[in-house]
Amino acid sequence: MYKVTVGMATCGISAGADKVYKSFETFLKDNKDITLATTGCMGMCYKEPLVEITDGKTVYLYGDVDEKKAQKIVESHLKNNTPVDEFIVLKDYKSGAEQQFNERQYKIVLRNCGLIDPDSIEEYEKRDGYKAIRKVLSSMTPDEVIDVVFKSGLRGRGGAGFLTGQKWKFAKSSVADQKYVICNADEGDPGAFMDRSVLEGDPHSVIEGMMICGYAIGASVGYIYCRAEYPLAVRRLKKAIRLLEEKGYLGDNLFGSNFSFRIKLKEGAGAFVCGEETALMQSIEGKRGPPRPRPPYPAVKGLWGKPTNINNVETFANVPWIILNGWEKFAAMGTEKSKGTKVFAIAGKAVRTGLVEVPMGITIRDVVFNVCGGIKDGKKFKAVQMGGPSGGCIPESLADTQIDYEQITKTGAIMGSGGLVVMDETTCMVEMARFFLNFTQLESCGKCTSCRIGTLRMLEILERIVEGKGKEDDIDRLVEMGEYIKKTSQCGLGQTAPNPVLTTIKYFRDEYEAHIREKRCPAHSCGALVKFSIIPEKCTGCMICARQCPANCISGEKKKPHVIDQSKCTRCGKCFTVCNFDAILKD
Amino acid sequence: MQTIPESKFFERETIEHTLNDPSQVIPLLQKVQEKEGYVPEKAIEEISEITGVSVSNIFSVITFYKQFRLRPPGKYMIRVCDGTACHVNDARTLLDILNDELKLEGTDTTEDGLFTVMPVACLGCCSLAPVIMINEDTHGKLTPQKLRKIIKEYQKKGKETN
Repeated sequence: MYKVTVGMATCGISAGADKVYKSFETFLKDNKDITLATTGCMGMCYKEPLVEITDGKTVYLYGDVDEKKAQKIVESHLKNNTPVDEFIVLKDYKSGAEQQFNERQYKIVLRNCGLIDPDSIEEYEKRDGYKAIRKVLSSMTPDEVIDVVFKSGLRGRGGAGFLTGQKWKFAKSSVADQKYVICNADEGDPGAFMDRSVLEGDPHSVIEGMMICGYAIGASVGYIYCRAEYPLAVRRLKKAIRLLEEKGYLGDNLFGSNFSFRIKLKEGAGAFVCGEETALMQSIEGKRGPPRPRPPYPAVKGLWGKPTNINNVETFANVPWIILNGWEKFAAMGTEKSKGTKVFAIAGKAVRTGLVEVPMGITIRDVVFNVCGGIKDGKKFKAVQMGGPSGGCIPESLADTQIDYEQITKTGAIMGSGGLVVMDETTCMVEMARFFLNFTQLESCGKCTSCRIGTLRMLEILERIVEGKGKEDDIDRLVEMGEYIKKTSQCGLGQTAPNPVLTTIKYFRDEYEAHIREKRCPAHSCGALVKFSIIPEKCTGCMICARQCPANCISGEKKKPHVIDQSKCTRCGKCFTVCNFDAILKD
Repeated sequence: MQTIPESKFFERETIEHTLNDPSQVIPLLQKVQEKEGYVPEKAIEEISEITGVSVSNIFSVITFYKQFRLRPPGKYMIRVCDGTACHVNDARTLLDILNDELKLEGTDTTEDGLFTVMPVACLGCCSLAPVIMINEDTHGKLTPQKLRKIIKEYQKKGKETN
């Protein structure tokens, strides 16, 4: 009796999981003994599409599955009981080719992701779902709930790291006829997809966390503000809310108590600044979203002027676990001030990229080399970028820094919401800084002059540096302007926008200097500063570069050395990456 | 009791639920855009009448959020991911190729109304970088060659169905 589960989160679907699902569906049409199911993100984005097969005793996880492999798996594994070893990436979550990926992880937030059908309340309940809210309503006072969350040491996972229990305490102490709970799901950092994966894979854990918060602070209405670019997450949330209303888990007098709670879903409309809490509330009210000064904090005067508590998706997903397992167990994990676990979306040059959850206190080196298997193609590890456009780069020399709010802040980066980009020797740090600043510059709401105009001026300087037109005092000017923008901007966006630039100058000043003084990019990455040519002795005339060249500027006869027309070359580097004979010279 | 305004864009039920509620401006705009592909001028007037928010205020909301368009999009909306992972995998070359192939000179929509090209922050499938989305279909691990081929296919398909 087999059960086949296909991972159907956004990354799985874009890798072709729906086609794989359909082929299993066709193969198993007449086979009533085998159940076919879907689930959310299993974390191993680099092996998508993923298919899990279990016979009730052993769990086999297949990776990189396509329609052909699916057919083979059906024939061999499902019909003849012979697992296809060559496609198996993990067996029983502990052995197999990819076991190292899971070894150092500890899953609280992702406890159900990839294991349950996110559309099913029953499957969530089978894994202790909605037990925490029942426990809270039947045996705890609001103050006791806040006390447990406070003692657990849980801090806001959106990035700033404010103590969640403290925040709840403030919201509870405000007196008003109406209060609100808001779940901030406006995950906008480029390269971060933690919240999306949780919402797609386990929406109920977030909703249960919001209910517990509502009870604790005395709110009866909750809002989920979800990024509109996450259509699947929006669909799953809508369905979850509807099913819960039908089942009587949302509404009046929940679980036999006199606690009432309703949830409304609001879709964002594509403004990064709306991740800032005061901007987010304006957006829910239907307005433009420029941030407003604090105080008053939302706990005093929030949505529609009423006391409001805002937490991030990951923060809420932690809450039911803490209630059921006790604050002691949560607080036992991590460092002195950072407790529990942290979810990271790993992207960039690591061997394994995807979604991981590790205990606080683990070192960055541990994450990069043990969880993610080191750097692709045997290249050299250079730095990690944490916190996206608000964060900074941590160089290899500081890779023994622990994952801990204070320790990471000390390096100049921030914990952030969990985007972690691994960079190797071929990543240019100046270009990386330009990339992030370009993002924040476009997303600046324009309210504060220093953020609106300052980031643009900084971007112009960075652009001329990567083009080899930098001036001698550009570095000092960047630092000076960066400090001003941090000091004189009102909200988190402006206050942190210069971070990627300032940290790269701090740790990689030599790269900036090489661009400015020697007109050279040490990572051989900045297009304008490198020249591509063909080494005639090595070129076999295979024509692959000529065919792939987007500028059509490589010419030559078949089986004879080719040449690059330097006047037409856009320096994209494609020829360099496609050549099988190391015949392209990049200098 | 206020009479329900006549509407070309919204169902009567929607209007009843959103009448005089300023917080419904964004959901109504999203609804129109989903149906029409953009926000027509007439719809702004209707939303103003329904919610009681002034036309100029609604216009300021539209221009604040990146999601809203004031002009009709092409038949195929090409979203080019420029998230971190795609960026380090050379997403900018893809954009160059699209501009080149579709002869976009400073506009986002082709003259024949077939394509609109839009760079976006992150499509969320970083393991497939570089990625583009054409309408609802994701195309990953792209190379210049693959991209040119895909565009040719859509050009052919678009002309046939026109």
